[in-house]
Amino acid sequence: MKYLNEEVKNQLSEILSGMKDEVNILVFTKEEPCETCEETRDFLNEFASVSNKLNLEMLDIKTDALKANDYNVTLTPSIVLLDKERNYKRIKFNGIPTGHEINSFISSLMEVSGNTSELPADISERLSKISKPMNIKVFVTLSCPHCPGAVEKAHKLALENNNIEADMIEAQTFYDLSEEYNVSSVPKIVINDKHEFVGNQSFEVFLSEMEKELV
Amino acid sequence: MSLEINLNVSNKNELDMEKVYDILIIGGGPAGLNAALYSKRKGLDVGIISYDLGGQVMDTSSVENYLGFPSISGEGLMKKFIDHVNILNVPYLEYVHVKDIKKSDLIEIHLEDGNTFKSKSIIIATGSKPRKIGIPGELEYSNKGVCYCAICDGPLFADEEVVVAGGGNSAVEAAIDLSKIAKKVTLVHRSNFRADKILVDQLLTLDNVQIKPETQILEVIGDKFMKGLIVKDRLGNREYTIEAAGLFVEIGYLPNSDPFKNILALNSKGEIIVDKYGRTNIDGIFAAGDVTDTPYKQIIMSAGDGAKCALSANEYINTLK
Ligand SMILES: Cc1cc2nc3c(=O)[nH]c(=O)nc-3n(C[C@H](O)[C@H](O)[C@H](O)COP(=O)(O)OP(=O)(O)OC[C@H]3O[C@@H](n4cnc5c(N)ncnc54)[C@H](O)[C@@H]3O)c2cc1C
Repeated sequence: MKYLNEEVKNQLSEILSGMKDEVNILVFTKEEPCETCEETRDFLNEFASVSNKLNLEMLDIKTDALKANDYNVTLTPSIVLLDKERNYKRIKFNGIPTGHEINSFISSLMEVSGNTSELPADISERLSKISKPMNIKVFVTLSCPHCPGAVEKAHKLALENNNIEADMIEAQTFYDLSEEYNVSSVPKIVINDKHEFVGNQSFEVFLSEMEKELV
Repeated sequence: MSLEINLNVSNKNELDMEKVYDILIIGGGPAGLNAALYSKRKGLDVGIISYDLGGQVMDTSSVENYLGFPSISGEGLMKKFIDHVNILNVPYLEYVHVKDIKKSDLIEIHLEDGNTFKSKSIIIATGSKPRKIGIPGELEYSNKGVCYCAICDGPLFADEEVVVAGGGNSAVEAAIDLSKIAKKVTLVHRSNFRADKILVDQLLTLDNVQIKPETQILEVIGDKFMKGLIVKDRLGNREYTIEAAGLFVEIGYLPNSDPFKNILALNSKGEIIVDKYGRTNIDGIFAAGDVTDTPYKQIIMSAGDGAKCALSANEYINTLK
């Protein structure tokens, strides 16, 4: 194994034993040139071999354009998580989820598998009032220890409210996009291409920014 | 790009609001973790309340001065600490901020989310956060070029020119790390280097690093983004501009003592004043590590402080019985 040594594999297998139902992992890549597409496929092949609840599907953004369209996939590599009934849960990882981002990847897998965490009541209440489409982008680097927390929160919000879609974007792989969004500190969160903040902030901060879109 | 795996393994085990603990520890850095280890081994009922586990060391690329580990990543070392504490099943609560504490018969810890925990004694190990330079443009260009975490934001400055401000070990380490990513790194310091010789020697071998001692940063300039710095050469008494897309501030740290300032005695730097047993001015409240007025902020010192406070707190609890 190239990415996961025995020790990490054992730890992973223990953590993933907490998954409830199966999860479908759709991996969109494309032919060369594509930075980290091959690495992403290799990594996920190793990762998925750790648990029999993980179904891996390798897709090509061009030949599987319809599927890519269904899940709003525009970047490669991009990873979409579907629940056991293949429902799209509006969460994606754009770029390879190694480094620290393996932690947000695991957390989102758990959630989609049905092993869900509970949001505080006041947060749930405010979240249920988000009635307009929201797109949350979370720019990260793989060496950033605070970034997975922000990705987990954005994904959690999307999982709990159908109007919200949340994308992790690895800033080095998608350098041009990061430039476009003026990313010079991570995690950087951008909501509906308009509202932004930096840092692993609380759910309240995410919600306040989204609420600005409601008025 | 970091393709290696940084898996966090933890066995979370929530804290109980109904219960009265022997010791609650605030902070999950080296000081807090070692305090937990020592308290638990004394057979005390202990828990950790912290915003994160690992603390500042998580933001350190490599540690080369912790005895027994000639060279280890900051995160790798903290994983070993956390694993060690986890063997003893110390419960902890993560991602919460302590707002303030109150002392009556017991000590109450109030969190920002409104929850309250109770304990006979507490150990404050909230560490420190990066100090800002306090010059025009710093705030305006914060997250637009001005950064406070080199390992987090360094990868965003590939092939760009950056400046590191500071003269201690963290600054020199940041410059060494950034030299692998950025096109050019300029290390600017107000006076002369305080960093360990072994680090400075390593820095001097790097072709794309330029060092400017006796240089003061006056202002961060730019348009939408930071474009450079106005600096002053203190010896030549001359002002000039350094072009740079990023400024990494590594000029020292400020103690996270705010939640405690109403009841604990602090020194002029805002550090919690402790005696040689780690005791604060209030019975039953102990403090360890970077947040205190002990000199030399290092991992091994903080860890040692944590052990000391646990043993002192144990004695204190015995006097209550
Ligand atoms: C870039 C860098 C490089 C360094 N390199 C080295 C090195 O090579 N060797 C060395 O020995 N030292 C090094 N240091 C110093 C070392 O990291 C510190 O001395 C040490 O981490 C202090 O430990 P601590 O436990 O006191 O505090 P911290 O590590 O700061 O931990 C504080 C903890 O408290 C939590 N916390 C803070 N406020 C609150 C609150 N209100 N509520 C709840 N939780 C809270 C935080 O989340 C954190 O978990 C370096 C520091 C930096 C920043």
